[in-house]
Amino acid sequence: MAEPKTKYDRQLRIWGEQGQAALENASICLLNCGPTGSETLKNLVLGGIGSITVIDGSKVEVADLGNNFMVDESSIGQSKAKCVCAFLQELNDAVKAKFVEESPEALIETNPSFFSQFTLVIATQLVETSMLKLDRICRQSNVMLIFARSYGLTGFVRISLKEHDVIESKPDHFLDDLRLNDPWPELQRFAESIDLNATDPVIHKHTPYVVILVKMAEEWANKHGGCLPSTREEKKEFKDLLKSRMIDIDEENYKEAIEASFKVSTPRGISSRLRQIIEDSSAEVDSSSSDFWVMVAAVKDFIVNEGGGEAPLEGSIPDMTSLTEYYVNLQKIYQAKAEADFLAVESRVRNILKRIGRDQDAIPRTTIKTFCKNARKLTVCRYRLIEDEFNSPVLPELQKYLTDEDYSVAIGFYILLRAVDRFATNYNRFPGMFDGEMDEDISRLKTIAVGILNDLGFNGSTLTEDLTNEMCRFGGAELHAVAAFTGGIASQEVIKLITKQFVPMSGTFIFNGVDHKSQLLLL
Amino acid sequence: MADPVSQASSRWRDLDKLLLRPGNLVGPNFDPGTELRDDLQEYAKVLVVGAGGLGCELLKDLALMGFRNLEVIDMDRIEVSNLNRQFLFRLQDVGKPKAEVAAHRVMERVSGVDIVPHFCRIQDKDLEFYNKFNIIALGLDSIEARSYINDVACSFLEYDAEDNPCEETIKPMVDGGTEGFKGHARVIMPGVTPCFECTIWLFPPQVKFPLCTLAETPRTAAHCIEYAHLIKWDEVHGGKPFDADDPEHMQWVYSEAVKRAELFGIPGVTYSLTQGVVKNIIPAIASTNAIISAACALETLKIATSCSKTLSNYLSYNGLEGLHTKVTEFVRDKDCPVCGPGVLLELDTTTTLQKFIELLEEYPKLHMSKASVTYRGENLYMQAPPVLEEMTRSNLTVPLFDLMGKIPKGIVHISGTATKNDKKTSCTRKLRVLFKVIDGDTDMDTATGS
Ligand SMILES: [Zn+2]
Repeated sequence: MAEPKTKYDRQLRIWGEQGQAALENASICLLNCGPTGSETLKNLVLGGIGSITVIDGSKVEVADLGNNFMVDESSIGQSKAKCVCAFLQELNDAVKAKFVEESPEALIETNPSFFSQFTLVIATQLVETSMLKLDRICRQSNVMLIFARSYGLTGFVRISLKEHDVIESKPDHFLDDLRLNDPWPELQRFAESIDLNATDPVIHKHTPYVVILVKMAEEWANKHGGCLPSTREEKKEFKDLLKSRMIDIDEENYKEAIEASFKVSTPRGISSRLRQIIEDSSAEVDSSSSDFWVMVAAVKDFIVNEGGGEAPLEGSIPDMTSLTEYYVNLQKIYQAKAEADFLAVESRVRNILKRIGRDQDAIPRTTIKTFCKNARKLTVCRYRLIEDEFNSPVLPELQKYLTDEDYSVAIGFYILLRAVDRFATNYNRFPGMFDGEMDEDISRLKTIAVGILNDLGFNGSTLTEDLTNEMCRFGGAELHAVAAFTGGIASQEVIKLITKQFVPMSGTFIFNGVDHKSQLLLL
Repeated sequence: MADPVSQASSRWRDLDKLLLRPGNLVGPNFDPGTELRDDLQEYAKVLVVGAGGLGCELLKDLALMGFRNLEVIDMDRIEVSNLNRQFLFRLQDVGKPKAEVAAHRVMERVSGVDIVPHFCRIQDKDLEFYNKFNIIALGLDSIEARSYINDVACSFLEYDAEDNPCEETIKPMVDGGTEGFKGHARVIMPGVTPCFECTIWLFPPQVKFPLCTLAETPRTAAHCIEYAHLIKWDEVHGGKPFDADDPEHMQWVYSEAVKRAELFGIPGVTYSLTQGVVKNIIPAIASTNAIISAACALETLKIATSCSKTLSNYLSYNGLEGLHTKVTEFVRDKDCPVCGPGVLLELDTTTTLQKFIELLEEYPKLHMSKASVTYRGENLYMQAPPVLEEMTRSNLTVPLFDLMGKIPKGIVHISGTATKNDKKTSCTRKLRVLFKVIDGDTDMDTATGS
């Protein structure tokens, strides 16, 4: 076996060893191993997922050779689950691969408790009735669930679970936590120790912009009755003031200061994103609360007490032009403040745990530390039951999708994907499966789709003829490239859910393979 | 078991829904029917450039979307760190050429598909090689390689007298790229949609640390690593080139970086980071590659068959925070030196081929040195290999006008080395050569022209 560190190097750089460990401890169940399911699992097996269980009751047919890479000529007539499982095992011997030759529909019907052994269930190509049942089963037993479907040139991916909390959301662009609008005494003192009017040009051009901005903001405030630049004119004036202190046009640190000068004027206090979380009713904790919400409660207390309205400091600073010594000292000042904030939060966590009757040390220090470092980036995702979404979608959103040109194809496919399942319940096949009944199927499908819209209180005129025809043309086909796309999306979301890093998608992703203008529908 | 005839027809049961049935949301001139499927399998030739994370997926996807004539080109050998995403490779394949193993694995599983591997650099193939494909699918991770293939594909493009692109000379490209949870897929129809060069700003050059920061004021772990890699290595090893693939070299850089970091009190130097910085490693995972390749393969099928509308013209995907996909319709740069009608060069009828090659070095939009020149597929002068150089050397003293059959204007292709952002890259350009009239023999032209 290859050294896993080398084999997984390119992904360890994304989710780290903790993320990898979470993947290796996860056990995944796949329902239906057509191309959509097989491709989803392939991406997870390559990444070193702990174990997989493939459930499929069908035998490999000739048509499977035209869209599924995991079966070949020698598989014809054999259990599809067995063949796919064997190929997946070949990709990574570290994965425990199992299969069950049974129809997912039957399993959902007869053995609902079967699913509680898994970390996550990936359900592919299920029709509506089975989806709704499985959704309830997984919700009750607290198993994460993700649906993926490929249908002609469309398809969808939908996550379903009660709540998913992300500490390490690792956003791409996020404003650094420098507190230039509200420097604490140690930072202020450090700034005071440096003379901006230093005559040594090397020192002048290597004074970090954080120091420049802290000092210049103070100078500004002294001249403006304690206020920081706020209007557009004032901000411009402040930039000019910075520019006037340059002794050479090539001073990178001053250029950085001018570029970052807006950080002096950002409003103090926490973001609306964090406010929403601390004001969530789950932040009123009791013995049944999760560690996440216990830590939220502690941070909430911190903000109104030691924090003086601010979240715990993140503690890291971006690279900036500076003498090494200045930079290292600045780093230490930020780290010291972050450490102090963390200790304050930690003691609050311990007190809360004691108050709610749990072991004071139930949450490890490192977890609390990571939580504090990411306090500004916490994310809570909640998902409705599919049944609730189908019965009572968010009407203003639905209204918007039905009238907004950008969403017309996506919402059309959304309704039609539900309509084909009802069609299948009525006729025991998908519309357009047989060439001879094309015209009848088109009008039947149209009637069903218009019926769905009417039941929701909308008229069916928004559904275009073109789209309904197209849906019948697809005839339930599962095309490999579409399956690889939706399966790829599904596996990506599974990784985010299991590593508890990055923010998983919300709503329903509707794939539009016609012109790729896919959409997320939040219903 | 079913008989072979019905096997062949039912194998493509799902794909046939798209290729055999008429539709309203389809491309221009869509002509559904079994003939379309058969033609796709018999005549459509696709080149997959790169057999890495995207290339492996592309070969599989294209084979299962009905293509049967595929070729793949890649100069790399399989490494252990490829195995987390390049699913056609196994541990026992490490060290073997990617193109060969990838082609073999797909042919093994998808019967009927023919994949020809090319284990070489993309520059090793001549224009004729690239011209035989209907579509070129790119699964690359470097800007230079994309630029090169883009140059090649655009060099086939011809314009008519009104400066409209001639349809039969358009060589479509489908390009994918990924980085971590992000990626893009795009369709390039040279002369119609923007080529890689038209939107080169999408790929800003990589920022390098100033040497004085590395030497005098290091602040981050990366600064310490680059100091060891770019400055200290040469100081100590004077002349011996650094090899990023040699673990001993990497270990040396790492330990030097650790020493420097300790000296300055800088945290964070690790062996993994050292490799990342020195080799400029881009994080890569299976899922993103699968998503982007699938989009590219689907677009390739649409270009070949018109079975649906096409992506117009750039799809971006970001799975970092939630899920975002966006289609942007970029516009062509009308003055693009690569996909435009060509750089216009006015010459005297007496200008020799030698003089012409020298001119290319100074010409503002080109700056091309060591140019080889072809005209209508014929080599006028080749810098390499030596055999060809010798064969074509005698042309150097002949006027280009004569070599081109004494026509007043024509298109020549040149390939050589161009300097861009202080970096030498091989590139191919199309030139519109116009010969200046000289008194006497072209009086009539001047008269009728005014
Ligand atoms: Zn161009």
